[in-house]
Amino acid sequence: MRLLPVTLATPLLLLASSAFAQQAAAPAVQKTLNIPAIVMFLTFVAVTLGITYWAAQRTKTAKDFYAAGGSLTGLQNGFAIAGDYMSAASFLGIAGLVYTAGFDGLIYSVGWLVGWPLIMFMIAEQLKNLGKFTFADVVTYRLQRVPMRTLAATGTMVVVILYLIGQMVGAGKLIQTLFGLDYTYAVVIIGALMITYVMFGGMIATSWVQIIKAGLLLGGATLIAFLCLLQFGFSPEEMFKQATIVRGSVDAPNLKIMGPGTLVTSPIDAISLGMALMFGTAGLPHILMRFFTVPDAKQARRSVFYATGFIGYFYILTFIIGFSAIVFITKNPDYLDAAGKILNGSNMAAIHTSGFVGGPYMLGFISAVAFATILAVVSGLTLAGASAISHDLYANVFAHGRANEQQEVFVSKMSTIGLGIVAVLLGIVFEKQNIAFLVGLTFAVAASTNFPILFMSIFWSKLTTRGAVIGGAIGLFTAVALVILGPTVWEEILGYAKGSSPYPSKYPAIISVTAAFLGIWIFSLLDSSEQAKREHAAYEAQDVRCQTGIGAEGATSH
Amino acid sequence: MQQDLVHAIKSNPKYHELVSKRSSFGWFMAILMLVIYYGFILIIAYAPSFLAQPVAAGWTMTIGIPIGVGVILAAFALTGIFIHRANTVFDELSNQIKEEVL
Repeated sequence: MRLLPVTLATPLLLLASSAFAQQAAAPAVQKTLNIPAIVMFLTFVAVTLGITYWAAQRTKTAKDFYAAGGSLTGLQNGFAIAGDYMSAASFLGIAGLVYTAGFDGLIYSVGWLVGWPLIMFMIAEQLKNLGKFTFADVVTYRLQRVPMRTLAATGTMVVVILYLIGQMVGAGKLIQTLFGLDYTYAVVIIGALMITYVMFGGMIATSWVQIIKAGLLLGGATLIAFLCLLQFGFSPEEMFKQATIVRGSVDAPNLKIMGPGTLVTSPIDAISLGMALMFGTAGLPHILMRFFTVPDAKQARRSVFYATGFIGYFYILTFIIGFSAIVFITKNPDYLDAAGKILNGSNMAAIHTSGFVGGPYMLGFISAVAFATILAVVSGLTLAGASAISHDLYANVFAHGRANEQQEVFVSKMSTIGLGIVAVLLGIVFEKQNIAFLVGLTFAVAASTNFPILFMSIFWSKLTTRGAVIGGAIGLFTAVALVILGPTVWEEILGYAKGSSPYPSKYPAIISVTAAFLGIWIFSLLDSSEQAKREHAAYEAQDVRCQTGIGAEGATSH
Repeated sequence: MQQDLVHAIKSNPKYHELVSKRSSFGWFMAILMLVIYYGFILIIAYAPSFLAQPVAAGWTMTIGIPIGVGVILAAFALTGIFIHRANTVFDELSNQIKEEVL
């Protein structure tokens, strides 16, 4: 894989660039049937469908559907959170990046991980105490219902759809490569399975698919890393030494892969990148919901603790696998194409390595888990999008809170089907598109719209509806505009000359997040309406509840 | 929530103790995490050669690797510390407030 000058330091981007790399290699892709992989894959699908059926028996209320009835334990939810994080993109992408660039892969892992502790320290306690389980529920606690629900649902839908397109295209390409399936079929299969999981099982099924997948992925990665290290007598130093020799020679080992390269060069880019990563994570709707699938604050905290541990451990494993891949794959003709490049792109480095150290069944197992990973992430996203439609738009805006629970769950299920179809269609339409830009946009939007409103509504008493709506809209438009004016879209997609992009950086967050905060602040202060005064007055009660959780019980049953 | 309950909670000294303890601790931990993370990123941006030096003479492993792994471990450790304190000190105070005002 050519080291894409980074648009956004998320492993998801790697998925994007992987799709790219695979597109370039597409004509050379061999459509061979991998029988062990398909057996493993079908087994996994059967098991997860069984779980969905089991979960459907237990999904009776809206709270069950959206938040698994608050019934998961801290450990289970920790696995589910880790599952949301350990996407196929981070597994295949980071291992692939380490394979290509060595040390630089670690920068991604680290950046991706630190978002969680920050969410925990700053806003998780308050959100859990408030007892509201979607972004819109939180911000309408004291602000006006209709404009805030509409804004929240719009932001959520934009984020979910952009994110879904990226995942669908990436997944389609991955499956096309792994199973030799046609791209269109691969995307349709993912869409159909996703609809089935979400529609019948809701959050309980989605959570359990995540939990099982996270367990399998952790177990599988541990086993591969173990088998890799076995080859080096369990000495990381030996692994590094051989890697530098393979990439150089015995007399002149290539030491470049052992230190930072070219991923992050300017401090402004570094800060901007960090902002998008951290704040974008806090603003992603499917991540926020994970705080509410456990019964109390203790379990919520415990789940974040376990998740941070699992994710950190997992990233260390991918680092080991990536470096082992350098040793095993770089000069192994079995895994190279005619041009001497790694077969099907560097994102297959982890898959090739699993086959090298563990044989075809290991390869099949990892392939099946990788597929399930995408499916699970996509399901979580769809669920968040469906709840934005049914809960925010339908129940609260159109029906003005008069819809009953059955109607709401029904609308939610219809929305799931709709979103699934939209995702499949866009996935097919965007097959040849640069999805890096879509994923970049996703994070920029989440960090620039949802996060500032969420943060201000919890910490700032003078926030008003007008300020939130105008500031949020400014953040949304600024983020979208800067992504379009930045080098990724301007030069690589629109084809203008290199260096001609009006906005020089690939990272819009530093500008768009600041603009959103400023907009919210200024327009809230300028707002002297009666409504604004009532919203100021309501802050006190909200703050007390955020701090203590008193009053939250009973309020969660919508 | 009724206004009198809000006032009862707000006039409880333990409430103020909880709020100030939790927010100062939360912000302290958040800033610590940011300093560690951005410290790492800024070294990458400004002084990459620092991370590219070997851990000891004759080694291939560079000090960037234990430092990078260290940031991951620090994130885990900080989360653990925060949670321990939240589960003991903050929950205890919060329960006392609930008993006194409800």
